[in-house]
Amino acid sequence: MAVIINKDTKIIIQGFTGKMGTFHAEEMIKYGSNVVGGVTPGKGGIKHLDRPVFNTVKDAVKETGATASILFVPPAFAADSAMEAADAGIKTCVAIVDGIPSHDMIRIKRYMRRYSRTEKMTLVGPNCAGIISPGKSMLGIMPGHIYKEGRVGIISRSGTLGYEAAQQMKNLNIGISTSVGIGGDPINGSSFRDIIEKFETDDETDAILMIGEIGGPQEVAAGEFAKENMKKPVIGYIAGLTAPKGRVMGHAGAIVSAYGESAIEKVEILKECGVIISKNPSVMGDTVKSVLEKI
Amino acid sequence: MDIHEYQAKEILSSFGVTIPRGGIVYSPENAENKAREIGGSKWVVKAQIHSGARGKAGGIIVCNSPLEVAQATDKLLGKKLVTNQTGPDGKIVNRIYIEEATDIEKELYLGLVFDRSSESIMVVASTEGGMSVEEIAKEKPETIIRSKIEVAVGIQNFQARELAFGLGIESDLISRASDTIIGCAKAFSELDATMVEVNPLVISKQKQILALDCKMSFDNNAMFRRSKVSELRDKTQEEEKEVYASDRGLNYVSLEGNIGNIINGAGLAMASMDMIKLAGGEPANFLDVGGGATPEKIVKAFRLITMDKKVKVILVNIFAGINRCDWVAEGIVQALKKIDVKVPLVIRLAGTNVEKGNKILKESKINFIEANTLEDAANKAVKALK
Repeated sequence: MAVIINKDTKIIIQGFTGKMGTFHAEEMIKYGSNVVGGVTPGKGGIKHLDRPVFNTVKDAVKETGATASILFVPPAFAADSAMEAADAGIKTCVAIVDGIPSHDMIRIKRYMRRYSRTEKMTLVGPNCAGIISPGKSMLGIMPGHIYKEGRVGIISRSGTLGYEAAQQMKNLNIGISTSVGIGGDPINGSSFRDIIEKFETDDETDAILMIGEIGGPQEVAAGEFAKENMKKPVIGYIAGLTAPKGRVMGHAGAIVSAYGESAIEKVEILKECGVIISKNPSVMGDTVKSVLEKI
Repeated sequence: MDIHEYQAKEILSSFGVTIPRGGIVYSPENAENKAREIGGSKWVVKAQIHSGARGKAGGIIVCNSPLEVAQATDKLLGKKLVTNQTGPDGKIVNRIYIEEATDIEKELYLGLVFDRSSESIMVVASTEGGMSVEEIAKEKPETIIRSKIEVAVGIQNFQARELAFGLGIESDLISRASDTIIGCAKAFSELDATMVEVNPLVISKQKQILALDCKMSFDNNAMFRRSKVSELRDKTQEEEKEVYASDRGLNYVSLEGNIGNIINGAGLAMASMDMIKLAGGEPANFLDVGGGATPEKIVKAFRLITMDKKVKVILVNIFAGINRCDWVAEGIVQALKKIDVKVPLVIRLAGTNVEKGNKILKESKINFIEANTLEDAANKAVKALK
């Protein structure tokens, strides 16, 4: 079944008629994603890419039965759009956009506490590549052709490093059930732990590759969760061995500010949690392969 | 984005935090007059640079006469101060803050940060002011008290009171201390700050609660709605190449090594730097040209990397997702027509249209070393140094 999205998942595009929204909607449709329409306030009623445009997410959900959305709105309006999606009953929302203020992210997460655990929308991102279940559906901006269909789950903060892993795995003939980009911001919608938990209960995933980096507590939290609760093997890589302390490395969240946030410290803690470490980024595929051979 | 101490003090003072009397000056004459204007018999001359630990670096001088204030200002202006946070090049002193000296009875620590675990704003306080928060956490962790701010309603009076009592502040001063804590919290929330630190927050012998040194940082992503804050940016405090990069939409961090990097994506950039290190080299920089690496951006990236005289080899590693390798290759060819690159160039392209990209590079007759994988690229870059 893959996690989060599937062949039938009905998708709407928020910011549908803009340049970015149009381009990526076309790519997603070409890949085979079930894009059923989109939202651009003020343009409701027209057709775009042969699909209906709505003024509000509520209208779109009511008319199309969409359960997933992807945001292509500028950072200043992204928080508002994510909350609109949550309120309209969308179950999965991917925010690609880079540059949402951290204070806005905290507000979104606080807003979402009004929903019960079962009703709550899964927000993925921001500042991420999105989600792909190869051969089924793409809810993101990645190059779909480098992902081979298969049984390994990927979770990555970085977009391009996730591509690197997918390519290495494809070259070794290893496929992917779902790949989830959780994004490089300090406060994000879903953490490694949130996604790893979904993979653990997925019948079509045998192992999980977690691609982390310096900064923040999420890799360690996922490692601790895996140690206590998981039967499937977890493979990890942490980027940023050479990153100096206290500097932001591109991603707003990639900054070492406390103990346990450097690459070396994270690797040590993850090892203690039983996570199998890919010792460098060029052997992520090989490490996954050796783990799969032992299952 | 960081700002100077005096700017942070002005902001916090507008949120009801009491600060010692003081003023900013740009010359010794200015300083002498400012000291007289402030009055009293003892002043502190404080070099304004974007760094802590200025005292140990000689950037803070206590003076007993307006003449001494002028002399101290003369000594500091134009000087580069090297602290344990500035790197070996130090930071230039262009502004001096003159402040009345405070009779300190007790030094406390007060800070506000984003707590990434609880995804909330956290107030951190300690009775051990004057030390860095890392030192406090290491040496006197039992003195640290914390309080989470609920963003929907903001900091509450009881939270500020609890913190103030927790710091052992006497009853008469609790309400002033609470106002200080609430002021800092409001400034943090209302101005899109990522950090507010008052260290030390002091109780003076005259029973005043004063912010003696302040630091504030702001969320760069929120500058579109904080035009007043963004005006406080002081580019003289930032590394020259980093200013050049940020003005051109490139994510760049200058490092100590000699292998220059041009990479798309922050994670891949960090991973490439790690591979260089493992291959026995040292990266000269972190550079993320972004997901949509247009030819213009590639040209700008080459310009930036060639500005760095330390660079002896350039490594380009692009994993094309939405942008295509042929497009990136065009950018590289364009860049090399415009910029004279005198050092060896290693290029690794991967992803969409990689064959087309490599073909363009080969047919352009540019001088480069082709690499196929991340590891291959790092090894060839290190080898090219010799």
